[in-house]
Amino acid sequence: MRFVRIRIEKRPAPSGGLILLTSSLAILAALVVAGLFFWAYGASPLHAYRLILQGALGSKLGLAETVRRAIPLLLCGVGLTLAFRALFWNIGAEGQLLLGAVAATWVALFSGLSGPWLIPVMLVLGFLAGAIWALIPALLKARLGINDVITTLMMNYIAMYLVLYLIHGPWKGPQMRGFAYTDFFPKAAWFPLIPGTRIHWLTLILGLLAAIAAYILLTKTKRGFEIRVIGENPEAARFAGMSYTRTVLIVMALSGGLAGLAGVGEVGGVHHLLRQPEQISLGYGYTAIIVAWLARRNPLAVILTALLLGALMAGGDVIKASLGLPFQLVNMFNGLILSFLISGELLMRYKLSFQPGRRRWAGRPG
Amino acid sequence: MAESERLEMRGIVKRFPGVVANDGVDFTARAGEIHALLGENGAGKTTLMRVLYGIYQPDEGEIFLDGRAIQVRSPAEALALGIGMVHQHFRLVPTLSVEENVILGLREGLFGNLRRVRERLAAIARDYGLEVDPRAKVWELSVGEQQRVEILKALYRRVQILIMDEPTSVLTPQEVKQLFSTLRSLVEAGLTVIFITHKLDEVLEVSDRVTVLRKGKVVATLPTAEADKPSLARMMVGREVVFRLERGPAKLGEKLLEVRDLQALNDRGLPAIRGLSFELYGGEILGVAGVAGNGQKELVEVLTGLRKATKGRVLLFGKDLTNRSPKEIAAAGVAHIPEERLRRGLVPEMSVAENLVLKSYRDPPFARGPFLDQRVIISHAERAIAAYQIMTPSYNTPAKLLSGGNIQRLILARELSGQPRLIIAAHPTYGLDVGATEQIRGLLLRQRELGAGVLLISEDLEEILSLSDQILVLFAGQAMGLLEAEEAELEELGLLMAGAGRRRESSKG
Amino acid sequence: MGWETWLIGTISRALAYGTPLLLGTLGEIYAERSGVLNLGVEGMMVMGAFSAFATAYTTSNPWLGLLVAAAVGGAFSLVHAFVSITLRANQIVSGLALTMLGLGLAGVLGRGWEGKPLAAALPSITVAYLAKIPGLGPSLFVEQNALVYLAAGLAILLWFVLYKTRIGISIRAVGDDPATADAMGVNVFRTRYLCVLLGGVLAGLGGGYLSVAYRPAWTEGMTAGMGWIVIALTIFAFWNPLLGLVGAYFFGALYHLSYRLQPWTSPELLKTMPYVFAILVLALVARGTLKRRMSAPAALCEPYIRGEE
Repeated sequence: MRFVRIRIEKRPAPSGGLILLTSSLAILAALVVAGLFFWAYGASPLHAYRLILQGALGSKLGLAETVRRAIPLLLCGVGLTLAFRALFWNIGAEGQLLLGAVAATWVALFSGLSGPWLIPVMLVLGFLAGAIWALIPALLKARLGINDVITTLMMNYIAMYLVLYLIHGPWKGPQMRGFAYTDFFPKAAWFPLIPGTRIHWLTLILGLLAAIAAYILLTKTKRGFEIRVIGENPEAARFAGMSYTRTVLIVMALSGGLAGLAGVGEVGGVHHLLRQPEQISLGYGYTAIIVAWLARRNPLAVILTALLLGALMAGGDVIKASLGLPFQLVNMFNGLILSFLISGELLMRYKLSFQPGRRRWAGRPG
Repeated sequence: MAESERLEMRGIVKRFPGVVANDGVDFTARAGEIHALLGENGAGKTTLMRVLYGIYQPDEGEIFLDGRAIQVRSPAEALALGIGMVHQHFRLVPTLSVEENVILGLREGLFGNLRRVRERLAAIARDYGLEVDPRAKVWELSVGEQQRVEILKALYRRVQILIMDEPTSVLTPQEVKQLFSTLRSLVEAGLTVIFITHKLDEVLEVSDRVTVLRKGKVVATLPTAEADKPSLARMMVGREVVFRLERGPAKLGEKLLEVRDLQALNDRGLPAIRGLSFELYGGEILGVAGVAGNGQKELVEVLTGLRKATKGRVLLFGKDLTNRSPKEIAAAGVAHIPEERLRRGLVPEMSVAENLVLKSYRDPPFARGPFLDQRVIISHAERAIAAYQIMTPSYNTPAKLLSGGNIQRLILARELSGQPRLIIAAHPTYGLDVGATEQIRGLLLRQRELGAGVLLISEDLEEILSLSDQILVLFAGQAMGLLEAEEAELEELGLLMAGAGRRRESSKG
Repeated sequence: MGWETWLIGTISRALAYGTPLLLGTLGEIYAERSGVLNLGVEGMMVMGAFSAFATAYTTSNPWLGLLVAAAVGGAFSLVHAFVSITLRANQIVSGLALTMLGLGLAGVLGRGWEGKPLAAALPSITVAYLAKIPGLGPSLFVEQNALVYLAAGLAILLWFVLYKTRIGISIRAVGDDPATADAMGVNVFRTRYLCVLLGGVLAGLGGGYLSVAYRPAWTEGMTAGMGWIVIALTIFAFWNPLLGLVGAYFFGALYHLSYRLQPWTSPELLKTMPYVFAILVLALVARGTLKRRMSAPAALCEPYIRGEE
């Protein structure tokens, strides 16, 4: 009996080109598979992709929408690269974002502040709220060794219901005629937009600065060095006298804080009120995982990958409008990209070779 | 006589990259005997038995069972042939109960009739003195009880040959006694027990015959009745002339390290260091000899801040630094060349340059405020690569791509760069080629000339003898003796390492 | 309305709402016990819900709908199994991807099916002579769904298999210590594949129950985070099918009460309870002997590679 065996060998270090190649292949494969679904749905895949491309990149309006979608992805994504670098599985950007939105709403509607102070205070408190929400799982992991994936995930749902509680209950807007929204923020709490677009540029700039700062933090500073060592080899970090707890707390405060800023941006720059969680976020916190993963945990590369997935979301809007397909399409794309992306990891980390299988009892080598 | 041999291994050769672990080994064992397989670490005992148990395939040689040639391609096949092995690291699932561990992997009926299992287990336990609660979870059991479960597992599978790999290294004296009586009752029932050990007392106490291995070759096989301790020690350690490196006499400096009545626990929470005291001066190399698992690992960890001492004190450079953090101890001037290089000594994914500053990154000149100075780090790396002859394509290469010798050079370059006053070196040349070994020994000697103190932990007696000024022999977490290296004889060392005879008087002061 | 009627109603609704949770949880318990975390439950459930509805609508056979839901859930889980077991990719990311994929696909495919009435819903059954049992009879045996009993029976069966049979021993060994299990001759890969598959089949079935029995209709977000409650419940139940049964009905009751208690407390805050409980339970068992007795399978999330212990 003969059979083909797959041999798996560790590849020493994947080159930059290989990383780019596998990432591109993953996206391509996702587009092909998604194309099959378009086709089954009776829409020409090529036509659909042309629509997406035009919608996201072909016009000034489309480009602006792409950038608008990219802002929360950028902020969350940068934070996630930091957490992932320290090997902390922050799946909780979604909840941290919502907490930022809640804090900003409180500042805008209930703090009594007004005038030019509003926006800076919204940003600061939004950052803090996201950071605190992220510090809970960080502490639970550093002190008690509790699984970070589960806690960050559960915290998302707690945050989600917290928002629902607020908009159905104490914060329900009297001017909203029974709808579950808060009242509109005062105009002073509306983030300025680039004229003719819906880009709240203040948050965009913060996101870009965060990407650069995170890159500097990781590559140029002592703290960044510790983050990387802890992420790669916690045992060696302990051996070298680095503090796991302190590093993880700092990383998660930053990660959650940046997601909090994204939430501030969405309520302050887009919605101008607090509303249903799935309308505030559209799953930015989860999509940011793809953003960070595609960027190979490099904060500068997040600028590009956030734009890429922002374009996909903007394109999803267009398809929804012109082909009558639901926005959920974007989720399908995301799932496919992520699946292919991590499947491709194996190709990067290991060499596969196919060879005719030797029968196991074929004796000893000469 | 060959007719009465149940097992016969002929001309077994097993090579690993760079090493011949078994070099034409002949080994036999009979029904109803306990056959001790004696040798130092690295002599090839375990390798030979892993060949028999089907974990390794021999490169050459044949195996006969009851006169029939057999091939053992996997542990499952070994078990089917009636060969069982109890490893040093138990193969038990901690969260499963005893009986569940026993039937794990068996194919007896869909529901694995637990009542029948329990009855048979109870019978086996009764017959051989292997009492253990069948419903207890394995993690609740003591190490000795866990070992009994391993033996039960093998007996439940009806083995005829039972291999025990260093079975006493983890046991208390009482448990050892009980184990030996179990083994005796097993051979009385007609089983063959192969007993891997490096402890002379045990060979003499429990075995019927003994085969001594040294460097992958059989030195002798003889009835235990004809053996005594000195002769076995001689066979085990050998009589090669020890090559001493050129060096001047020790110029003793000030007292660097004083360990007083130190006690510490191992990972299982059992006493590993039991009242250890010694001193180390500048300009000397103190070798710590001993068989693995006698407290060396724990000693190194306590001295470097990675493990808490439960009692006693560690004075470094006159200051009490007991149970301080690794960071504080390193900052005081202690370098540590760790045992597990890849796991603890470096970050494999990161570059050579970064690994070179793994500990000093937080201080100037590598750091300026919160920032790292890449230029200084790179020029430091270039200097270190040249000075320590680290073979690497560049300072930017990930450390994991380096060879073992170069990884060790990198670690030494890092640890010695801060001009440490005390160097704790654990198995510094283990697994390295000749060139790297020579270079690393030379580096340690040079530190001694410079006035630093070196604590050298090694299982390689040759290394201990050729480098040390004094030799401390550890056994069961206690000092068996302190010898002048010049006067030490291998035979005496071997006896002390085996826990035989105790010489307390120090030749110093 | 007397308190007795109130209680009967509550228990009855707790069983009805707890059943899909129970099905999903039983499957996830098996997957995690074998060492594979599957965060794709939400995706598998929503696909199950959609495919069951579409099948039942087209064929007018709700049972066929459930069968298809189980098959679709199983097929989905095999994607996760292949990616995380064979390709050894990150289980967390793979599971999240599966959830995104399921939500997306169900949303796209289900577009045209929204709002259609399902004539062929799974009939409720009343076990007349058991319903007369005083006390619990009316809540347990009046107007309940066959799947409710099936799920409860399954919980007991799966508990028995996990703790009392050779198969269960192998599963637990594979999840706790795959290297030892492998050394003892257990096929680690096959065991993990089958457990993940079971998880998918049950999640699909749970989703199917939602759309052909619990609320015979299809809406895009009809699983409404149930898959994540399943993840929380799995922890809450300490990976034990019988505790899963208790937990599922407990959360079911909580869900029902979150509306009934509206005058006194907010339903939204009550709905955070499963998640809060899951975190509290993890914190509770993080230390001491409880950790050994009740914590997650030791090799959870770790791909197994022979020879790399």
